[in-house]
Amino acid sequence: MNILNTFFNVPVLLDSLPVLMMGLLVTLEIGVVSIVIGLALGLLLAVARLYAPGFVRTLIVAYVNVFRSIPLLVLLIVVYYALPFVGIRLSPFASAVTALALVSAAYTAEIFRAGIEAVPNGQFEASAALGLSNRHTMVDVILPQAIRIVIPPLTNNSINVMKDTALASVVAMPDLLKQATQAQALAANPTPLIGAAIIYVVLLCPMVLLVARLEKHLNRGKR
Amino acid sequence: MKPIVSIKNLVKAYGSFTVLHGIDLTIAEGEVVCVIGPSGSGKSTLIRCINHLEGFAPESEIVVDGVAVLPGANLARVRAEVGMVFQSFNLFPHMTVLKNVMLAPMRVRGMKPEAAAARARDLLARVGILEQADKFPGQLSGGQQQRVAIARALAMEPRVLLFDEPTSALDPEMVGEVLDVMKKLAGTGVTMVVVTHEMGFARQVADRVIFMDGGRIVESGTPADIFDSPQEPRTRAFLRAVLNH
Repeated sequence: MNILNTFFNVPVLLDSLPVLMMGLLVTLEIGVVSIVIGLALGLLLAVARLYAPGFVRTLIVAYVNVFRSIPLLVLLIVVYYALPFVGIRLSPFASAVTALALVSAAYTAEIFRAGIEAVPNGQFEASAALGLSNRHTMVDVILPQAIRIVIPPLTNNSINVMKDTALASVVAMPDLLKQATQAQALAANPTPLIGAAIIYVVLLCPMVLLVARLEKHLNRGKR
Repeated sequence: MKPIVSIKNLVKAYGSFTVLHGIDLTIAEGEVVCVIGPSGSGKSTLIRCINHLEGFAPESEIVVDGVAVLPGANLARVRAEVGMVFQSFNLFPHMTVLKNVMLAPMRVRGMKPEAAAARARDLLARVGILEQADKFPGQLSGGQQQRVAIARALAMEPRVLLFDEPTSALDPEMVGEVLDVMKKLAGTGVTMVVVTHEMGFARQVADRVIFMDGGRIVESGTPADIFDSPQEPRTRAFLRAVLNH
């Protein structure tokens, strides 16, 4: 059938599979590095927003608002194509990770802030009354409780970062999508693109299901 | 007797609403002081100022064991010497009972885990709850949780213990077990400031009873003074309302 030969052409798929796998590896690298940096920076921003002096808090709020507003594709293109004019030349990989991590950190900071605010005030008071320092209050008392609350939204955010790695193909990063479009051009057949789409779904669907289960589990814990 | 807490002209306001109108109060070492009064009279706010969970007006002065209670580096020192038991327990729900009691001695006093665990077991035995050491707070009854909270406060070996309505959130049948622990404590010589609605406890255990109303200390004296021959009409009206029914 024509449809099968066009979209699900097995020989084309098998030919392109090695490059698609190489692309998947790049996608995973960009995704994981961006997620880890975004998590660390986001947590730092959320805690700093609680304890830092006023002007730092204002800067953090501004950061969060700006990077939640800017389209990721625009940021990526600015980082890759505009920054060289001021002498900052980042590789495609570094550009992709920079843009993804900056945006992810803004969302992560908001998620952590909501999680910390969801911990009852009595926990802060009990910690203070015992003489615990701010650092110990956070590390031993507040964050362990906040992190339980924010695992589902953090996982959601990680899924988004993983999906957004596809934008890196516009800065010549040989990720899964880029490899697929090149293979498609080479084979004059869209099957590699279909293959890439399936790989994205197979990669991320388990995480989506995991979030749903976690949310159910945590809601049950709330009685 | 040597004063351990001295409060001078304590003024506390939320915006234009004044909660405490210049309280003066000195508490001696080893004294058990019960603070009674109607809801909204400022009694909880008063003891929450002692460890600076509530800030207060700059013209006020609170000194605990020679250290001024002010935001800054000394505040942690004051808080380490002043334990507090809350109405709603405020145990750490993600830690076992034992860890709840061990945490502050390890983090604030730098105690080794083995020593902190040994002290925690001692204290849990004292409040009659050692067999629950490895459970989580959520698995305990309210009375048991409050006894853990008392052990957690005691683990810091505080000079002063503040109780903020410790039995008000408990089911009636759990009140006795917590009051029993507090009575035993009062016999050990630790300074206690107890905000409470338990008049029987105040009469039996307190060295001094303070009646507050409208953000002022209306009357204070021995339990016999206050309960048997109150001088102020406001005190009499309050006691009539809470005792005769």
